[in-house]
Amino acid sequence: MTVESKLLRLHVNGAPIDVAAPAHWTLLEVLRYRLLLTGSKQGCDKGDCGACTVLMDGRARLSCITLAADAVGHRVTTIEGLVTSAGLDKLQQTFDEAGALQCGFCQPGMIVAARACLDRKPEATRAEIKEALASNLCRCTGYTKIFEAVEQAVRAGKAAHIGGPAAMAPTASATGVAR
Amino acid sequence: MLRLQPFDFVKPQSVDEALGLLAKHGRNAKLIAGGTDVMPNLKHGLYQPEIVIGLADLAELRGVAIERDNQEDGTLAIGAMTTLEEIESHPLVIAHAPGLAQAAHAVAGPTQRTMGTLGGNVCLDTRCVWINQTHFWRKSLGFCLKKDGTACHVVEGGKSCVAAASNDTATMLCALDATLVIRSARGARTVAIRDFYKPDGIFNQRLEPDELLAQVRVPAPRFTGGATWSGYAKLRARASIDFPKLSVAAAFTTDAAGAIDDATLVVSAIAATPRLISGIAELARGGRADDLALLARLGERAQKVTVPLTNIDGDAAWRRQMVPVFVKRAFLAAKAAGAATAV
Repeated sequence: MTVESKLLRLHVNGAPIDVAAPAHWTLLEVLRYRLLLTGSKQGCDKGDCGACTVLMDGRARLSCITLAADAVGHRVTTIEGLVTSAGLDKLQQTFDEAGALQCGFCQPGMIVAARACLDRKPEATRAEIKEALASNLCRCTGYTKIFEAVEQAVRAGKAAHIGGPAAMAPTASATGVAR
Repeated sequence: MLRLQPFDFVKPQSVDEALGLLAKHGRNAKLIAGGTDVMPNLKHGLYQPEIVIGLADLAELRGVAIERDNQEDGTLAIGAMTTLEEIESHPLVIAHAPGLAQAAHAVAGPTQRTMGTLGGNVCLDTRCVWINQTHFWRKSLGFCLKKDGTACHVVEGGKSCVAAASNDTATMLCALDATLVIRSARGARTVAIRDFYKPDGIFNQRLEPDELLAQVRVPAPRFTGGATWSGYAKLRARASIDFPKLSVAAAFTTDAAGAIDDATLVVSAIAATPRLISGIAELARGGRADDLALLARLGERAQKVTVPLTNIDGDAAWRRQMVPVFVKRAFLAAKAAGAATAV
């Protein structure tokens, strides 16, 4: 079977983008290896760990088990897309302020999943936050600081989407700069 | 990194178009709904389709509604592409089939439920610790009966595959006596979910290569003067992402005085089909669903005929000991959820 690339008309981080990729490539592969958006992480690569979580039409989605061609016609937002000209997403700030990481590998997926949660439940309780992040595995923090970071975002202006200028230099994993 | 093998991908815009593609490609095609089961399996090389048919655009297969056949009967009609997240939070499901809302909520974690569909869960492939592994891993062991090999690693000398049904909603739908509407280019047929599964771990569904599960129909409770209840309980390692090590669904009716009239108990994650436990109605009749001594007797009955194998994680003897515990929890979950609303 010859493997041909197809033209996919994606919409990523607020802008339309045409990208050529074979039909069997996942959304995560296209994001990382075609668009060089390496903030979304390739962990288990089979939908167990949540490190690849992106937003599709505002809902959390595991990009490692989503075909890129299946994302055509939908708005995809990655961890990089949470940073706008107005500054960092509130959650990107609070994850830094709370020190909600050790190795940082799960952090992009955690922040994106938390964003999906707060967009639907701006005043999410601790129990709702824990439930919303149940598809995201962290092997080092023990989760406590992660939940605290999301709670901090809930408290701070009841999770206004854009947080304004960062008070401190953000870690590379929170903004998606870490590859 | 787990790469997919090359295939073509199409996204039909109508059910008829999807059925036409299935009729044309048959066994060379693989349907993909939410992808949460099919995609990892594809990455593990369990299927080698030439074409993958994406069902995500088929809005006509999505949604929950009450359909009334006549003055008395009502049916909860659920499109196969309705996501598990929609099922668990849908007011009609919570009201008329609370156990189904519980079972949908018990599937994996929230992101998987936002993606995964009811139809996908009903058509979930069977699972086994020896098959849900990478191609390299399976090849190193000479493969197995279910795919590419001739030996079973669970039952020594076994000639039939014992991979287990692991779909939470199927257990509950069997207890609720749901029916499935299956469509193909040849027409539509209806089959009771209790007859849909067959005892073959290689492929446990009575579904032809050109057929597609279109709708799940759950009988809604009728006004009887009594009440209808359903509850689900699941044994798993963690409360978030895991497949069941034991899946138990209970459905029962009570009379005006609160005594049990009829009861159904289904246990799964044991063999290729969910298992309807016989004799439960006789044992339960006249008793109360929160009578722990009665629930212990029901659990004992279920345990007698439930023999977990080593094909699912978790010690098999321990899983068997847990059967009465989860039978009890299923009945208590039904009581806690409250009686279903009659239509």
